[in-house]
Amino acid sequence: MSQALPVVAAARPRGVPIALKGALVPWLLLLPAIVALCAVSFYPILNGIWLSLTNTSLITQQSTFVWFTNYGTLLADGQFWNAWKHTLVFTLVSTGLETVIGMGMALLLYEAFIGRSIIRAAMLVPWAMPTVVTSKMFGWLFDGQYGLINYILVHAHILAANVNWYGSVHTALGTIIVADVWKTTPFMALLLLAGLQTVPVSLVEAARMDGAASWKIFWYVRLPLLWPTLLIAGLFRALDAFRVFDLVYVLTGGGPADSTETLSTLSYKVLFSTLQFGYGSALSTAMFITEGIIALGFCIFVMRSLRMNR
Amino acid sequence: MNATRRILIYAGALFILLWSAGPFVWEFSTSFQEDKALTDSSPSFIPHPFTLQHYINAFVSRHLQYYVLNSVIVAGATTALCLILGTMAAFSLSRLNVRGRFGILFVILSVSMFPQIAIVGPLYLVASNLGLLDTYTALIITYIALGLPLVTWVLFGYFETLPREMDEAARMDGVTTLGLLWRIILPVSLPSLVTTGLLAFIAAWNEFLFALAFTSNINHQTVPVGIANFTSLYYVPWGDIAAAASVVTLPLIALVLIFQRHIIEGLTQGGLKE
Repeated sequence: MSQALPVVAAARPRGVPIALKGALVPWLLLLPAIVALCAVSFYPILNGIWLSLTNTSLITQQSTFVWFTNYGTLLADGQFWNAWKHTLVFTLVSTGLETVIGMGMALLLYEAFIGRSIIRAAMLVPWAMPTVVTSKMFGWLFDGQYGLINYILVHAHILAANVNWYGSVHTALGTIIVADVWKTTPFMALLLLAGLQTVPVSLVEAARMDGAASWKIFWYVRLPLLWPTLLIAGLFRALDAFRVFDLVYVLTGGGPADSTETLSTLSYKVLFSTLQFGYGSALSTAMFITEGIIALGFCIFVMRSLRMNR
Repeated sequence: MNATRRILIYAGALFILLWSAGPFVWEFSTSFQEDKALTDSSPSFIPHPFTLQHYINAFVSRHLQYYVLNSVIVAGATTALCLILGTMAAFSLSRLNVRGRFGILFVILSVSMFPQIAIVGPLYLVASNLGLLDTYTALIITYIALGLPLVTWVLFGYFETLPREMDEAARMDGVTTLGLLWRIILPVSLPSLVTTGLLAFIAAWNEFLFALAFTSNINHQTVPVGIANFTSLYYVPWGDIAAAASVVTLPLIALVLIFQRHIIEGLTQGGLKE
């Protein structure tokens, strides 16, 4: 329809309405969605970049354009680098664990056994739970005095005494990662299972006929075909982990002694506790740019590896 | 399949079941135990003595019902609007001749990758200027944009699986574009719409960051903010939290289990379709 439009328009310089009306319908249907996304995503992003170049503060009620001063402050800010470090550790470790454990679960679920559908259903439980509820639940499980985890570990003689998991600078970040792995691994497994099911059975059977061991079949037959799924699932997971907020905010609030502060929680505090919207926007814009770079780099990597496979 | 392999598989399956469902079952059991039992030196799984005190606390002294009502209104409105806007967009992209539709789809998808913290500040200023802080409107508008990418992608994926012969037959019968959407596509897509709606509902029900930033009192705060605020500085009421957690999670779990097959399909379509 739209391809025919220019011809019609050229032939009927004044009388386009009929064809044009038809061509407008697709855009009219798209318009509300595009307006909503522009208003609530693209505009705020641009506005945030602008704010990051000002010294806007809701306390002093000032807003002057200061060029890149905020970014200079940012680069010299120890808290920023501290949060960077935790965010990076959190993203890499949780995404890594979720991918590896999720792969294991997916391979298991690929096998036919009685009760498989029950297990598949049970795996959606952590995913459906509000993250705040997950956080509170893990707070209780890992409670320093009465938590189930301490009880089990002490009684199994793995630990000599109770550990204050969320209250100690050595364990807090690790325990948050555990909560995230619990919440997201099953979902990752379901995505990978869907990918596994697209691997042609004939290929696997041919390899088995040739006498290949199970691990060889996995490594040389399934994994290469699963690669795109794995990369895309990994990217989505990594981008999601990079902006972690709820888990940290509710479980530790960034503490103890800033040992779990991430970029999102730090930005939130600068924005809504100190009300420095200029500096806070510089922080969140830096995050946005990083995510963009990760996503772009990943896309290029995926394209390349897909092309190599072909 | 030999016996060892079989045993390994069932052991693994049991592990997954305990891993996925265990913590919530424990939380559920906690909600029926007396505070004294919860601080006992040896935790027990069976609530003995059994108590409903935590549920009474959650509703009577902590007013959980207000948070639930707010969440139902916000998530319900978000779901309805997401479905309407998302269906229109997905239909247009899948069925009509939109130039550069894959570009548009990609841009829509990219929105879901934005870190939400990067838009919460500017949106707060807008909401504040328009007098929308502490209103349902601000939350609903924000959640629409958060849910829309997923809804559009999943529905687009589904519409793409519908045969195009259907459209052509309808066109032959003189059905207009909107008639095609309303009378042909929508009726056959109902199951998919229900699943997608459920996804949007869960996302809005669970959202925390914007609800935390945009609302400051019980008249508009949603469930996650309410539960997050249960804790006081000196005392964590684990039993009350467990009761509230069960109340707001059980319905979701029930829904998810009912629609599980469709949800898994929908999510894998939305998440992985190239």
